[in-house]
Amino acid sequence: MDLALTPEQMSFRNEVRSWLKVNLPKDWVETVRAGSDIPRSDAYDFLSRWQRKLYDAGFMGLTWPKEYGGRGLTFMEELILHQEMALVKAPPILNILAIGMAGPTIIAYGTEEQKRRYPAKMLSCEEIWCQGYSEPNAGSDLAALQTRAVKDGDCWVVNGQKVWTSVAQLADWMMLLARTDPDAPRHKGITYFLLDMKLPGITIKPLKQITGDPEFNEVYLDNVRVHESQILGGLNNGWAVGMTTLMYERLALGFGLQVRLRIALDGLIELARRTRRNGSPATKDATIRQKLAQLWIDTEVFKYTGARAITKLLKGELPGPEASTGKMMWVEGHQRLQELAMEIQGPYSQLTRGSKWAIESGLWQYSFLRSLANSIEGGTTEIMKNIIGERVLGLPKG
Amino acid sequence: MNFGFSEEQDLLRSTARKFLENECPSVKVRALMDGPEAMDPALWAKLAEQGWLGLISPEEYGGMGLGFVDLVVLMEEMGRAVVPGPYFSTVLLGGLAILEAGAAAQKKEWLPKIAEGEKRATLGWMEPSAMLGPQGVTLGAAQSGGRFTLSGTKLFVHDAHTADAIVVAARTSSGKTAEDGITLFLLPKGTPGLQVTLLPTMDQTRKLCDVTLTNVTVGAEAVMGEVGGGWQPLSRVLDRATVALCAEMCGGAQKVLEMTVEYAKIRQTFGRPIGSYQGVKHKAADMLVDVENSKSITYYAAWAMDEGVPEGPLAVSMAKAYVSDAYRRVAAAGIQLHGGIGFTWEHDLHLYFKRAKGSELTFGDATHHRERVAQLVNL
Ligand SMILES: Cc1cc2nc3c(=O)[nH]c(=O)nc-3n(C[C@H](O)[C@H](O)[C@H](O)COP(=O)(O)OP(=O)(O)OC[C@H]3O[C@@H](n4cnc5c(N)ncnc54)[C@H](O)[C@@H]3O)c2cc1C
Repeated sequence: MDLALTPEQMSFRNEVRSWLKVNLPKDWVETVRAGSDIPRSDAYDFLSRWQRKLYDAGFMGLTWPKEYGGRGLTFMEELILHQEMALVKAPPILNILAIGMAGPTIIAYGTEEQKRRYPAKMLSCEEIWCQGYSEPNAGSDLAALQTRAVKDGDCWVVNGQKVWTSVAQLADWMMLLARTDPDAPRHKGITYFLLDMKLPGITIKPLKQITGDPEFNEVYLDNVRVHESQILGGLNNGWAVGMTTLMYERLALGFGLQVRLRIALDGLIELARRTRRNGSPATKDATIRQKLAQLWIDTEVFKYTGARAITKLLKGELPGPEASTGKMMWVEGHQRLQELAMEIQGPYSQLTRGSKWAIESGLWQYSFLRSLANSIEGGTTEIMKNIIGERVLGLPKG
Repeated sequence: MNFGFSEEQDLLRSTARKFLENECPSVKVRALMDGPEAMDPALWAKLAEQGWLGLISPEEYGGMGLGFVDLVVLMEEMGRAVVPGPYFSTVLLGGLAILEAGAAAQKKEWLPKIAEGEKRATLGWMEPSAMLGPQGVTLGAAQSGGRFTLSGTKLFVHDAHTADAIVVAARTSSGKTAEDGITLFLLPKGTPGLQVTLLPTMDQTRKLCDVTLTNVTVGAEAVMGEVGGGWQPLSRVLDRATVALCAEMCGGAQKVLEMTVEYAKIRQTFGRPIGSYQGVKHKAADMLVDVENSKSITYYAAWAMDEGVPEGPLAVSMAKAYVSDAYRRVAAAGIQLHGGIGFTWEHDLHLYFKRAKGSELTFGDATHHRERVAQLVNL
């Protein structure tokens, strides 16, 4: 057991650290001191420029093969990068659905042509991706999806509706799951398409979220003609391909979640220090201290559980039971953290953006409300527990 | 970075598991816990033979000279088997105190004998006030003419009734701070004025004693380390013992999870296995999260002990806070998911439940350690 970095990893860390020192946008540091989330719709251009800057410096796609725009490094460098970004509270990655899901899936299943065409532009943020999985009648039960694709010449004609599609309004491409064989068993008749969002027949209707921001959308597909070369991983093989995407989502986003929890916790501690309770900083209140300390502990626990999982990956082993716990740790810890932020603000927690009395411009109110989605997006907590129960512990299906 | 175990450590784990399954199955645990001693000379001799009584003792004292990451592996297995008896007190309390604070002669006299299984030792530090910090050490040691006279009571002393020596923390002076003025004494069994009373405990696998000293008079040969400078080594011993306890708790929690999952697969109600019901399955998933996280933070704390990094005490308190709550939750869920059978004396679950409760409240519970974390990270 050795938690130390090798000299090469050390020098990579120093490279990242000194780059961030010079290149971290100053206005970001000044305006965003709190929260763990910002309304992305406020900052798309900004976040896009930031990702491009990271890309130009060679910090995007660290684990992706060089020939597809990555750097061919290990998860260790990826982890180091994320940790350094947490230390300086760097802005989040805008094209996260591409980086966390679409890219690795294309690298795993794509034809050589697809692998040369898509991943690099994901990294540079030239092309934004969205995920078209969920439908009005298919969420947790994704295999119930009804969007149809029917062959016509060398094209597939797609009809149906997707819903809760984050960043569809920005996206150039969609990871689309559609039913290509309605007679096959549910899981066997689905195909994964790389869908150009500029094709005729696609209508995007924004949906206003609890936060008031329209971050996700309805996407209507009416006779959209997709060329057959846009199939990823083979006809009727979409379930396996799509599940790979979800596995990457849960694995790769794990690094990001760890970092976001750390950033949010540091912000929360600063908030508690500045907030007075009975004449002293809230950090001196016995109950608040207990809750803050527990969050500190949980954040560290999350980190070391992650370190065990990465160790297995680096040794070329499959992740063990510890790897499946990350999403649940994040959800439970982050929602508790946001609740505590409200508790610390007391009556002020009622005030939002626009009030001169709102604390930190109402950012916490946004991130508190946004955190409610954590236990729904990317697989609900109930579904995660089913997966752990059945796949990790081997309990029988219900 | 490599946050995993080595091949040797994996081998130690499988050896220990097999050994304890053979030498200390639950029938043996029950036989031992029923008696007053909980100490089986034959098992003790075999532990010595394996080298485990001297696992963390330096080779010059007949030990194996291994570290805390190695020890954690063994302790997990000990906790898995709820091994009764004075292993913990001898190796992690008395033995470690002698190693940390003892004078050269004391180490030479005691450590090899402990490693060989000939002698056992323990540590008396807490008093009836149940205070955890240095303020809690009030047992007086009056000094006159190079001799010390100790009077007072140490409570919750592990296995004092089967120990050949008791290390006692006493107050030789009231210094500027509470840490100042604490001295450790090494008192062999039978020292006049030393009275040991076994206490009935909820967890019968771990025996606790009242050690009352009435005018126990000793010379300089009993003093361990510097007069008045005992708190520092004592707190180091307590931190280390806490990490070992956390590992033991991880092993117990893992076993409860396994027992529960096995049972949930075979126990049928309404025509299907209870593990297919989400009320059961989701609880089991929560148990897994508790168990895996407990291991992660405990391994980190063990690593921190071996490396002597400055954040060591923080790592210890994070681990104890987390694992205290986690093992309690896991053990209780294990009983709940077993239904009536889980509430019987006959089923082994109560051994784990009681061990979890006792361990939670030993060396400070989660609330205590969260406050210590708050202090150490400057909240
Ligand atoms: C902010 C946000 C962003 C999102 N972005 C995207 C996106 O970009 N692309 C995309 O495709 N999707 C996206 N989603 C959709 C998300 O993946 C789904 O909402 C989620 O999978 C749940 O599906 P559902 O909404 O249909 O709820 P349902 O599946 O109907 O679930 C309703 C409730 O029933 C529970 N439940 C369902 N089945 C079971 C079961 N078997 N056992 C126990 N409980 C069960 C669920 O846990 C939940 O509590 C997003 C969601 C949110 C909130």
